[in-house]
Amino acid sequence: MRHKATGVGQQVIDLQANSLSKRFGTAAPVFSGLDFSIRRGECVALVGANGTGKSTLLRCCLGLIAPDAGRVSLLGVTLADLGGTARRELRARTGLVGQKHNLVPRLSVLSNVIHGLLGRHSGPRYWIQGLAPAEARAAAMAALEKVGLADLALRRADQLSGGQSQRVAIARALVCSPRFLVADEPCASLDPQAGEEVMALFMSLVKREGVTVLFTSHNVQHALSYGDRILGLQGGRIAIDARSADVTPLEMAKLYG
Amino acid sequence: MDSPARAVPHRFNRPGGIGFVSYVLVALVILWSLEGAGWSVDRLLSSPPKLADFFSRAWPPSTHNLDRLAWKMVETLQIAVSGAAIGIVLSLPIALLAARGVLVGRGVNLVVRIILGFLRAVPDLAWALVFVVAVGLGPFAGMLAIAIDTIGFCGRFFADDMENTDPGPAEALTATGARRIDIAASAVIPAALPAFVSTGLFALEKAVRASTILGLVGAGGIGIELKVGFDLFDYPTAVTVILMIAVVVIGVEQIGAVLRQKIMGPGR
Ligand SMILES: Nc1ncnc2c1ncn2[C@@H]1O[C@H](COP(=O)(O)OP(=O)(O)O)[C@@H](O)[C@H]1O
Ligand SMILES: [Mg+2]
Repeated sequence: MRHKATGVGQQVIDLQANSLSKRFGTAAPVFSGLDFSIRRGECVALVGANGTGKSTLLRCCLGLIAPDAGRVSLLGVTLADLGGTARRELRARTGLVGQKHNLVPRLSVLSNVIHGLLGRHSGPRYWIQGLAPAEARAAAMAALEKVGLADLALRRADQLSGGQSQRVAIARALVCSPRFLVADEPCASLDPQAGEEVMALFMSLVKREGVTVLFTSHNVQHALSYGDRILGLQGGRIAIDARSADVTPLEMAKLYG
Repeated sequence: MDSPARAVPHRFNRPGGIGFVSYVLVALVILWSLEGAGWSVDRLLSSPPKLADFFSRAWPPSTHNLDRLAWKMVETLQIAVSGAAIGIVLSLPIALLAARGVLVGRGVNLVVRIILGFLRAVPDLAWALVFVVAVGLGPFAGMLAIAIDTIGFCGRFFADDMENTDPGPAEALTATGARRIDIAASAVIPAALPAFVSTGLFALEKAVRASTILGLVGAGGIGIELKVGFDLFDYPTAVTVILMIAVVVIGVEQIGAVLRQKIMGPGR
């Protein structure tokens, strides 16, 4: 909201990628020479056929894997220059929602959400909810409230449905009030209806809080309706970079052709 | 259906040149080993009468010393339980250093794994001999030997258990800026816990088996009774000891299997 409201906020660049290249071993490069940027508050859909390197690109953007060449600047900080502490401080303002929910199965929902605060805090008090400080528990409960799961706080994470798990993962990502979120096919593991609900919930929350989002989806409809902008990856290059309203069905179809 | 009938395949493939040579080599190594082990048909054929003689003198097993032997068995189990417990507790931090991608870099992982390999490679009786020299005869030396043996076992397998956990939660926490130590404690260890319990139960079974013979080298437990029984030709007592050991080891294995089933259980 804040950032949408001011014209200045629109100009801030949250993610800037320059000539990014990545290959695994001696295989052909997954992608090379990618250039794009994402403005604050934007919600960008990264689309492309299976195996075109979407997940790899997302990981490079968060510095989870290093590109072979090129530069990523995230929230105004160049990733390659960062030492351990500065890197963690930057990551405390980012988050990842994966294809699977990636919760710790044997711990409670509440403990899993409190883990989302580990970027800002450290130590045993943030390992399980029973030891956590009152503010941390309150913050986690507030995040669970947002995804409508406060009443399941003490349920074990492996006793949730797929949709519930993914909502807990969203609460964990949001609990530290991130500036920049990456979501890699957040509803790929869900049935269509649960996927629809999770996507709608996720997008309404990030828009309400003004979080910048880069997400992938195999669902063209999701990409077009939730993304303000489409980045199309094909053959290791950016084939589409346009506002979603301006992308034609034919262009989308060619990506997968 | 309408595809052409295929030729019946060969029953066996003829080994190629290298295959043939390696079969011959393996056969030669086995023959050479039998030779080294003093293979003797004569002695094998002359053994049944001697064995029959042993059993006639050993049977029935002695029941005279049952309560002394029972207490020795209790001491044996105490050695096993305390040694395994100490070993398991110490294994956890060591395994964290040995597990790849959890706390420390590959170099440290490698060094720690090599040390653990060394602890495993030295037989438990050899550790017992070393600790008898270090702390004197008795069960304390045995307990230390079991503890070292358990560290070699659990340090390695706890590390493997951690490496085999789903990397997803750890990656999600990395992306939110968590430290490695926090990720290990809040994601990796909780996920590996059932595997730890299973590995720990195996370690306990192994410790019980090992502790029964530590007495052979003076490191406590019921093994000493076995040695004394044979040294004094008191075969009935020796057989009693052997039977007690078998019962206890099988019992512990059964209990371990039941607990493991309960914990790993029908998948959840
Ligand atoms: N860790 C890895 N090691 C080797 N190859 C990988 C690795 N991760 C991804 N790849 C390869 O990179 C390519 C892109 O994978 P990915 O980024 O997962 O694609 P997408 O998410 O678009 O389906 C694939 O060919 C995949 O096999
Ligand atoms: Mg992918």
